[in-house]
Amino acid sequence: MTSSHTISVLVDNEPGILARVVGLFSGRGYNIESLTVAETDAKENLSRITIVTAGTPMVIEQIKAQLDRLVPVHKVRDLTVEGPHIERELALVKVKGTGDKRVEALRLADVFRAKVIDAKTDSFVFEVTGTSDKVRTFVGLMESLGLVELGRTGIVAMSRGGEAL
Amino acid sequence: MKPEESATTGADLLVKALIDEEVEVVFGYPGGAVLPIYDSLFKQNRLRHILVRHEQAAVHAAEGYARSTGRVGVVLVTSGPGATNAVTGLTDALMDSVPIVCLTGQVPTHLIGNDAFQEADTTGITRPCTKHNYLVKAVDDLARTVHEAFYVARSGRPGPVVIDLPKDVLMNKHDYVAPKKPVQHKSYRPQVKPELKKVEEAIELIAGAKRPIFYAGGGIVNAGPKASKLLTQFVHTTGYPITNTLMGLGTFPASDKQFLGMLGMHGTYEANLAMYHCDVMINIGARFDDRITGKLAEFSPKSKKIHVDIDPSSINKNVRVDLPIVGDAGHVLEDMIRVWKAKQPKVDHKALKAWWAEIDKWRARNCLAYKQDKETIKPQYALERLYHHIKDKDHYITTEVGQHQMWAAQFLKFEQPNRWMTSGGLGTMGYGFPSAMGVQIAHPDALVIDVAGEASIMMNIQELSTVAQYRLPVKIFILNNQYMGMVRQWQELLHGGRYSESYMESLPDFVKLAEAFGAVGLRCHDPAKLDDTIKQMIDIKKPVVVDVLVDKTENCFPMIPSGAAHYDMLLGPDDRAAKPVSEEGMVLV
Repeated sequence: MTSSHTISVLVDNEPGILARVVGLFSGRGYNIESLTVAETDAKENLSRITIVTAGTPMVIEQIKAQLDRLVPVHKVRDLTVEGPHIERELALVKVKGTGDKRVEALRLADVFRAKVIDAKTDSFVFEVTGTSDKVRTFVGLMESLGLVELGRTGIVAMSRGGEAL
Repeated sequence: MKPEESATTGADLLVKALIDEEVEVVFGYPGGAVLPIYDSLFKQNRLRHILVRHEQAAVHAAEGYARSTGRVGVVLVTSGPGATNAVTGLTDALMDSVPIVCLTGQVPTHLIGNDAFQEADTTGITRPCTKHNYLVKAVDDLARTVHEAFYVARSGRPGPVVIDLPKDVLMNKHDYVAPKKPVQHKSYRPQVKPELKKVEEAIELIAGAKRPIFYAGGGIVNAGPKASKLLTQFVHTTGYPITNTLMGLGTFPASDKQFLGMLGMHGTYEANLAMYHCDVMINIGARFDDRITGKLAEFSPKSKKIHVDIDPSSINKNVRVDLPIVGDAGHVLEDMIRVWKAKQPKVDHKALKAWWAEIDKWRARNCLAYKQDKETIKPQYALERLYHHIKDKDHYITTEVGQHQMWAAQFLKFEQPNRWMTSGGLGTMGYGFPSAMGVQIAHPDALVIDVAGEASIMMNIQELSTVAQYRLPVKIFILNNQYMGMVRQWQELLHGGRYSESYMESLPDFVKLAEAFGAVGLRCHDPAKLDDTIKQMIDIKKPVVVDVLVDKTENCFPMIPSGAAHYDMLLGPDDRAAKPVSEEGMVLV
């Protein structure tokens, strides 16, 4: 019954807003799988929060209603149920190694269309973007090739088509 | 005039903003961080300040004021301990949807985060226990924030709002500009008008019912007195039975023959069985609290459920409903009555007659019966006699929390809304007395009685000093059984009679205690003298503490043991242990 949902929340960019959202999740025992937040409209002073959460349909409905009830929240949209949408994530992947392993890492990076954004003679930092599944797969491959550090942004998402949030 | 030349400080501006919000009274306690506000209060005479003796009591007093008038209650406390002491009251107001604006002092902005003297992260601490909160960092934001806070506190599902005010913001100078009315909030706009289509669907469902029941809660109180009138009108039009939640008592006249009494854990047999066996449930302004539903899996299994609530997050939270309607209870009832009149639906009178016959059979069990003897006063008897003497007077009742609260809900009858103030959601011992002070401030000539237990009253007993100072003739009617009665009852029924720490040792002499504070103390232990004591209490135009010594072992029945279903009620002491409480039930509170 439990399923994963990607929820976009448009909020006032004000101090404490993230604490309100995160506090709601921890206080009511909801789950956060991924969370991203940044200002998206400087003129209107709005931020967009993208939350990936999991729960039964009743819990997901509650999460949305509880988010909508927060005073600085403008809009709550469940992208998972409201038609097709796209999700992207960015990761920085640091791989250390020499010889064959280094060549193989570079070759695979090419296959995954990851960019080299830093290089030393014995290391690379790759920037890879895509679905979480693609990022996970790439990181998995790097594990045996000298993965030493990983940073992920979490998911940002948007509905397909011309309609705005 | 440039702001820096202005004679108006942030504190003056705050007072002006409060007056513009038509605030008459502020409940508070001074301290370093709020001294500028107290200075501004000193220089004016529009706002009345009531000095409490503990900040928790300030919030409860504001709650009593708010619940008995429908207005926003205002609290003023200092930084640090002032704010943390207010937290219980704020949580109470959040759980029971009471509109409160609480002004807290804060250390100057340049000291925030420095662990300064009397500093606490007030917005951080109160975030989960308020509807919303603000930290005002600049004096130019102050007036707007105050007006926004009042809007948020009273709109939609009401609740407490905190405004944290650093001392430098209160001392900086700025002109006051009165707000444009009505305040338009950029993101918070609750839905008050229901979708007409849903109301029409509801009427169809209601009219077609064979075993209907109305289940009405505190949302109707919050929708204003008109909503109670509309509810009464609609219930009369349909001829259907109605039950109230603890918070909803008074929204339908208790003396009416269609009223089944309160439902829930200590509700009546007829109300709970009607909820279990109904085919259409019309929930207006109630939230399917766990005290109401009992075992969720067996809650009213055969019914179609309509749920009217102004808060969408209350819908489908505990119980899945068939027809949710988001809107203000008053607006929804108005539409329901209009649609009903327009459609003139045919009610199944034969089925309804059979349903009432069944209900009357349950009623005949007389589930609130108790046996009064000549020796000791039964708490139920004390309340019945109390009601007898106050029923024709303009009266308001508040309670503390525990057995006495449930007995008060069962044995006092409420004919109107806003007359019954009790801590339902949070269950705060110590709520009733300060709440009664707030009620008395709002209704100086009314008879205001706090029905208390001897344990609960000790939690805010210091307020005797406040009622003495303002000559508030509040009556404290203590049902003294020398136990934390509800704790003792649970220990008897669920923990093998091991009365761990539930006996109130070293109780004070309540008569002398009252006298020490300049109030009047009365005591009664003889059933034959109870009437005289109550009459005396009513006649004394001063604060009175009445210590009624009642049966120490009386339990509150009916009772649905925790984790049990509605049909599993214990009706009295002889009914006990028909079924041992399950382990699942033991875990529940």
